[in-house]
Amino acid sequence: MTTTTPTHITRPRQVDAEAAKDDSQLRQKKMIADHFDKLATAKEDGRKVAYTFVPGNLTELMLALDMLPVLPEINALQSGMRKLSGNYITEAEKLGHSEDVCTYVKCDIGMMKSGNIGPTGTKLPSPDILLLSYTGCFTFMKWFELLKEEYKCPVTMLHVPYQGDGHITPEMRKYVVDQLEREVIPALEKAAGKKLDLDRLSELLERSKRAEDDLVAVWESAQNTPSPIDGYFGGVYYIGPIFSAFRGTQDACDYYAMLRREVEERVKEGKGPVTPDGDAPEEKYRLVVEGPPNWTNFFDFWRMFSREGATIVASTYTRVGGLYDTGFRHDPKDPLGTLADYCLGCYTNLNLPMRTKLLASYIEKYKADGFLINSVKSCNSFSAGQLLMLRELERKTGVPGGFIESDLVDPRYFGKANIENRVQSYLQMLEARKARGSA
Amino acid sequence: MKVVVGVDLGSTTTKAILLDEQRRIVGKGITNSRSNYEVACAVAREEALTAARFTMLERELERRASALTRSAQDSEHALHEAYRLETYLDQLNELHEEMEKVLKSLSFISDRGKLSPAIREVLDQMRSDAAQLFDGAGARRSDFFRDLAAAGYMSAAERVAAGSKGALSYERLTGVFDRAILDVETRLQSRDFGAILRRAARRLTAEDGSAAGRALLEAVESAATQPIDEVSFVGTGYGRQTLPFPKQAVKSEILCHGRGAHRVFPGTRTVLDIGGQDTKAIQVDDHGVVTSFQMNDRCAAGCGRYLGYIADELNLGLHELGPLALGAQRTVKVNSTCTVFAGAELRERLGLGERREDILAGLHRSIMLRAMSLLARSGGILNEFTFTGGVCKNPMATKVLRDLVDENYEKGIVLNAHADSIYMGALGAALFGVDDLEAGRPAILPTFVEKARAGSAMTTAAAPAE
Repeated sequence: MTTTTPTHITRPRQVDAEAAKDDSQLRQKKMIADHFDKLATAKEDGRKVAYTFVPGNLTELMLALDMLPVLPEINALQSGMRKLSGNYITEAEKLGHSEDVCTYVKCDIGMMKSGNIGPTGTKLPSPDILLLSYTGCFTFMKWFELLKEEYKCPVTMLHVPYQGDGHITPEMRKYVVDQLEREVIPALEKAAGKKLDLDRLSELLERSKRAEDDLVAVWESAQNTPSPIDGYFGGVYYIGPIFSAFRGTQDACDYYAMLRREVEERVKEGKGPVTPDGDAPEEKYRLVVEGPPNWTNFFDFWRMFSREGATIVASTYTRVGGLYDTGFRHDPKDPLGTLADYCLGCYTNLNLPMRTKLLASYIEKYKADGFLINSVKSCNSFSAGQLLMLRELERKTGVPGGFIESDLVDPRYFGKANIENRVQSYLQMLEARKARGSA
Repeated sequence: MKVVVGVDLGSTTTKAILLDEQRRIVGKGITNSRSNYEVACAVAREEALTAARFTMLERELERRASALTRSAQDSEHALHEAYRLETYLDQLNELHEEMEKVLKSLSFISDRGKLSPAIREVLDQMRSDAAQLFDGAGARRSDFFRDLAAAGYMSAAERVAAGSKGALSYERLTGVFDRAILDVETRLQSRDFGAILRRAARRLTAEDGSAAGRALLEAVESAATQPIDEVSFVGTGYGRQTLPFPKQAVKSEILCHGRGAHRVFPGTRTVLDIGGQDTKAIQVDDHGVVTSFQMNDRCAAGCGRYLGYIADELNLGLHELGPLALGAQRTVKVNSTCTVFAGAELRERLGLGERREDILAGLHRSIMLRAMSLLARSGGILNEFTFTGGVCKNPMATKVLRDLVDENYEKGIVLNAHADSIYMGALGAALFGVDDLEAGRPAILPTFVEKARAGSAMTTAAAPAE
């Protein structure tokens, strides 16, 4: 019996993701490493630590009280990218968490039970307080209930009303500000061991605003053809500093100014986005994406698009930690009111018609050929209603939608062949429709 | 004749379609996908090429219709059956050779001396029974050699074992067959079409110099020797990473199924395709271009393999399930959407005394309910609605689908299902191949064709590399 060699399909050369980093990315890497170093020695240095979530994060408030933020979601996604999440999830399932529980939660619990070693290899400090500043995700509440049990530390909760009617009323805003004044700030002050200085908070918010301006300019650069950025796969790097521990810092301002210059340079040179394989090939498709990415096979997933010349010109996932391109900026003149507006306005706090409207506006503004929904098993905040949004968006924009399913950090829910089949089918469908349109 | 080749490599079967430049179907072929994609593609293509030769033969016979004693169609049909018989006999010889090889390789057995003549006897009986399978009366239940040979071997082996009065067991005889058949099946034999067809023709007509005999042989000669020129290739189907086609010649099966279904039923707006491992709900526009689609993810319960598993559980052939289920008096509610649990539920229901037919009716309904949910996700069912893929050959599946469409959608939706619906993906691929040709960019030759043309043996059952 002889063995034949299976046919090899020619593929572009695989370039290590490390090779394709630009200066802003290296800078970001250093910022994050420094932050984790500070966390590693927080207890010795007498720094207080708050754990909190990305949507509705009150970073400026924590920084004004000299507290160091830890974001369990980001640790979970980092574990996913570093192929550690599978084992962490197994650990959590051993403790009795069901297969259906959000995999960010299980990954975090598993990491905690495995020594709480963070993404840069240093140990994370225990929290002095758990700051639950966004309640649109019910799982967040349960998550911190579990952490509270583990760390025996206080939780302070900010109840954020859902924008069920599609707008923020003065009463909703007042309700959030009142909670900040009466409950959240006193609890944080107690944990930090110091009083909040509102002037210092305003200074931080002023810097937030500057970074937000630059970030929006980066998002809007995708109106160019070719788009100089990938607003989803590349976009998750761009949101790194502003969605985590750095909003309001000079570091963040410098990072976003640098990123903006790099992107403007790419526009001048007529370049497309940076991909894991280096500069992107010729732009063939412009897409808008709804839903979080998969982290366990992030680069496989990205290449399914980048190698076909598909650029994501805008995404909603990159708005979960702050929606700035519809006009909101942090306002240093009204520190507590602006924090309330920020929490109330984050993407997952919008009702389905608002989300659909936002997606439709991206499709129009960025001249997208299509839009794709990645429905993740873990996240009901995102996934509930997505099929309805798909139909509605198709009806509104006349642009075809695609639908794929995966998960955040559970590697068992990423079927590469299946997802690739759908992505390719979808892109070929766009091409066939274009050909028909021009025929 | 110039042809365009479309191949659909499914998880269960591989299909090939040949179109001529006028986009008419001139040949089609189907084979088990096995574990070797290249061999499966090559076998399906070979079969389609043979079918194309029969199309040519039919055209040649028509030109000589006045000289023939039978109609051109009848003559073609008779020649085709005789050709199949000759091929089957060749394959039996190959099987016999392979079984002898297996016997030699089994160094530890003591009764080789008894087995070898017994196997010869079994195969002789199969040879003498062979003509009945190809007499045009539709006695055979499958066109796959493996199925035909297995059925023939089992019944002849039973007779031979019984005749040996305990000297040889039936299991000993079938054991050798089981070891040999896979190799025979996965070996790509390049058959000399002309030689076999000439032998077939001699079965039908004595070389007596009669005008009718001469006309038949002339037609045979012409069909056997005219060149067939494959000018474009497109491949589709699952496992696209290992599909033995160059990247630019690979089309998504979603687009191919949509287009194939629309070509056969031009009124089609919604397509349901249920294959071996996936279910697709596809919406197409008035040109057959896909506008939206949904597929099952991760779990393949409710697909063709599900039915295959249930058939195995009941010790039935896959093709027997549907007709049996049609005899149901009631529909037993089957809850499991997991294939393995459905098997357990089936055994439990049988244990409780439910009729097989009634349980099967429930299983069919459970499958089609899953398909209905996918259809709803893709945008619902629009008129006309076309059902394709291997499962549409199952009459109970079609009946249940009809009922569910009527229950859930407006009345009067046309439900199309075609006997050749399993070929829709390959047909769509071939249509894209004609587009490529007309656009002046026909896809280059896939390696399996190069190898087949070079006559090199592809006899591996190795799994494709990651």
